Amino acid sequence: MQIFEFIRPSDQAAAIATAAQSKTAQQGADVRFMGGGTTLIDLMKLNVETPDRVLDINRLPLDKIEVTPDGLLKIGAIVRNSDLAYHPKVQKDYAVLSQAILNGASAQIRNMATVGGNLLQRTRCVYFRDTAMPCNKREPGSGCPAITGHNRTLAILGTSDHCIATNPSDMCVAMAALEATIHVQGPKGSRAIPFGDFHLLPGNTPHRETVLEPGDLITHVTLPPPIVGSKQLYLKLRDRASYEFALSSAAVVLTIASGSITRARIALGGVGTKPWRSPEAEAALTGKPANEATFRSTAEAALRNAKPQRENKFKIELAKRCLTYALRTAAAS
Amino acid sequence: MSDKDFKMQPPDPTRRKFLLTSGSGVAASLVAGYIPALARDAAGAVESAPTGEGPNIEGAVPITLKINGKAHSLRIDPRTTLLDCIRETVSLTGTKKGCDHGQCGACTVHVNGKRVLSCLNLALMHDGEEITTVEGLGTPDAMHPMQASFLACDAYQCGYCTSGQIMSAVALLKEPCGPDDASVKELMSGNICRCGAYANIVEAIQHVRKRA
Repeated sequence: MQIFEFIRPSDQAAAIATAAQSKTAQQGADVRFMGGGTTLIDLMKLNVETPDRVLDINRLPLDKIEVTPDGLLKIGAIVRNSDLAYHPKVQKDYAVLSQAILNGASAQIRNMATVGGNLLQRTRCVYFRDTAMPCNKREPGSGCPAITGHNRTLAILGTSDHCIATNPSDMCVAMAALEATIHVQGPKGSRAIPFGDFHLLPGNTPHRETVLEPGDLITHVTLPPPIVGSKQLYLKLRDRASYEFALSSAAVVLTIASGSITRARIALGGVGTKPWRSPEAEAALTGKPANEATFRSTAEAALRNAKPQRENKFKIELAKRCLTYALRTAAAS
Repeated sequence: MSDKDFKMQPPDPTRRKFLLTSGSGVAASLVAGYIPALARDAAGAVESAPTGEGPNIEGAVPITLKINGKAHSLRIDPRTTLLDCIRETVSLTGTKKGCDHGQCGACTVHVNGKRVLSCLNLALMHDGEEITTVEGLGTPDAMHPMQASFLACDAYQCGYCTSGQIMSAVALLKEPCGPDDASVKELMSGNICRCGAYANIVEAIQHVRKRA
């Protein structure tokens, strides 16, 4: 691990002012905010992340979960994953989020990981994590050995010729389906970013993963008011039963009236280069009867544009079955 | 199972005490250039260095860590993980380093009563917070019920993951966890046992939960 200066900013403004001096908020940042540290310290040990300054934001007042006067759920950036997953309001009204978080990592890591950090979770692609290998995400222009190499766990949706790294987050998949909004405070003021606009496709700049700029501090996330009567489910498929990243996952939020689907929000995990909201799946469900034929054609629509590599062709069928099973189970709940 | 099954005398001298005593010269040379080995008596007891003392390492910063109810005023390299600080600086070696990347759970400790992975924490993040390691749970003469249950149920083979398993298991007692074995397995999934003592680990935990 490279030496760094450890700073505990006295307040939010001081944190932002220091972070604004970083040359980038993306890969190669020389100033990093530290939440739980579960991704950042891991990558610092691997010399994938080499910040000169680390800003400990764990004592800033960003640790509340509250309902706003207009019925939104406001979740502070340093709320721990376990506190969010076990919050009674989340378990009752945003069950898909609670399930997604509890399907991720381990109890110890969920006690550490923050909401803000989880939004910025980095890929598990082995080439990204190994500084002896080329990687366009880590060193722009160096190449992507994953495309011709070991790519069994990598993405089939949203890939480019430069990067096929999977976004590993479970929490983000549920937040995509719940249409969360990410609130950022930066040197130029605050802004609210719709969830779908926050993460970037790799394209020819895979080192840019989000729209964050130097000094941008995620302060909180809001969820829209609960969808009364919605059926929610997060289903995760992986190589072992627990404590493993998804090969395929699905977050499903359905509203069904008289056997017909009136509203559907669908996102997939483990298969995309970002948390994968599927407007194709939502269109295939809306207005249709909640039956097996609809679910199967929805899964076909969601994976129609999938582009597999040599080792991960199986993910297309796995993701279809994952989504079909999730829809069937949610509809019957 | 009777209560006397839960008692066991540690071997004397213990392996740890023997290594610390016989190998102290070697240990000192191995840690030269690293963060303070601190004063250590022959029995392995540790005295914390007063603030400002200890090796003069460039960039070292002062920190007070409260471990098992005792405050340790230390000077550490900012890169020091909580795990390395506990083991190498404070010389509490019950907490184990397995993968050092958050994938095995051997380094599990409690911070403010919640279980965390000490390998993915910087020690500096926990200045002033309450840290509990396996040494803080009990002693060979007065074991925590979970430690006693692990002994009685033979919930280990090589023992390397055991302190992490026990720290997780003790934290689990206060977490939302269903009564069945499957719920215990799910919440213990962050602690890997390569010997495969899982069945006995679950039994040891359920034994304590049923008595509570």
